[in-house]
Amino acid sequence: MSAELKEKDPMFSLKNRRLVSAPLNRDNPITVQVLGICSALAVTAKMEPAVVMALSVIFVLGMGNVVISLLRKTIAPRIRIIVQLTVIATLVILVDEFLKAYAYNVSKQLSVFVGLIITNCIIMGRFEAFSMANKPWPSFLDGVGNALGYGLILVIVAFFRELLGSGSIWGYPVLEKIGLYHIGYENNGMMILPPMALILVGIIIWVQRSRVRELIEKN
Amino acid sequence: MQEITSIFIKSIFIDNMVFAYFLGMCSYLAVSKTVKTSVGLGIAVVFVLGITVPVNYLINEYLLGPGALSWLGPAFADVNLGFLTFIVFIAVIASMVQLVEMVIEKFSPALYNSLGIFLPLIAVNCAILGGALFMQEREYQSVAQATAFGLGSGIGWFLAIVGIAAIREKIRYSNVPAPLRGLGITFIITGLMGMAFMMFLGIKI
Repeated sequence: MSAELKEKDPMFSLKNRRLVSAPLNRDNPITVQVLGICSALAVTAKMEPAVVMALSVIFVLGMGNVVISLLRKTIAPRIRIIVQLTVIATLVILVDEFLKAYAYNVSKQLSVFVGLIITNCIIMGRFEAFSMANKPWPSFLDGVGNALGYGLILVIVAFFRELLGSGSIWGYPVLEKIGLYHIGYENNGMMILPPMALILVGIIIWVQRSRVRELIEKN
Repeated sequence: MQEITSIFIKSIFIDNMVFAYFLGMCSYLAVSKTVKTSVGLGIAVVFVLGITVPVNYLINEYLLGPGALSWLGPAFADVNLGFLTFIVFIAVIASMVQLVEMVIEKFSPALYNSLGIFLPLIAVNCAILGGALFMQEREYQSVAQATAFGLGSGIGWFLAIVGIAAIREKIRYSNVPAPLRGLGITFIITGLMGMAFMMFLGIKI
């Protein structure tokens, strides 16, 4: 009992803060852990759906981690996958119904990718790796941190794809206001197409790994 | 019949799961280190997609969709269980994967040994759930069309993973910039392969 009491740290101790900050860079779910790529690329042609997607994942992963962490002592290991899938699916249904009610256009743009949050490996990955073995509050922070790391990459990719592909940011035609089109600038239509999302993520990985050398793979 | 062939071809090349929708990327990146294992996973995906898409089609048609329950009687004609879609589909997929695994283990131990480790992985492969959700969104007309779509998407995924694995085996001998090694270059190659696949976009079937 006393050992358990000792473990209690203040709510925002260094360890807990690191749970949120590590996934933003060194432990990023997309570029380092290679989780959750499936949905990350498809929704990044524009800023708005990317941000909505990131918020949905923050909600699902944060809440899901808390629920799984609360249930962690009662889930039998053999059936844990189906329990986890049920928890995620329930949360995703909530998000989907909410989006359909309050942001119908974005929900149409995201199409099946809201549903695909269920099989987003980032969520199962964090359940397995963290919340099955940790208390609710650190699990919540871990969930939010990882979802933020995921969202960060989403927003970066979406920013460049929208700026270079459609010449706007969040639907606001920046390049047109500056007057770039008058001097012969053309939007790069390639940026809106799916392959460029992959190449942009490749470049992000390149930049990140040349700054943080220890992430470089040995081949 | 023509309709079915065109859905089949379209889902292999034009609406390719990996290059057009990025589905199943996690296992695509993780298991594509050698051609041998990627063939195993690819076949397993074709198999599971070919089974789960038609099953989910029937469930959507007779249980979940708007007016799907009308076969129970006129009182159920306007019941719409659509909000349960995700949870039912994922349960169907998880249990079908389990079932397929048991059937293969019983009847073909050789196939089981080569696919065995990949089958459980597939339950959480986004390509499978994605296939089911696209099937629902595109409103296919019959089980045959849904099956053609499922098999076609599976084969498209198979082609993609075997292709990238072959390239990755070769690229080990080239001089890739250190920070790009491994994951980074794989992303870029996939992007380039996607561009190559986009030439199919112009084909009218």
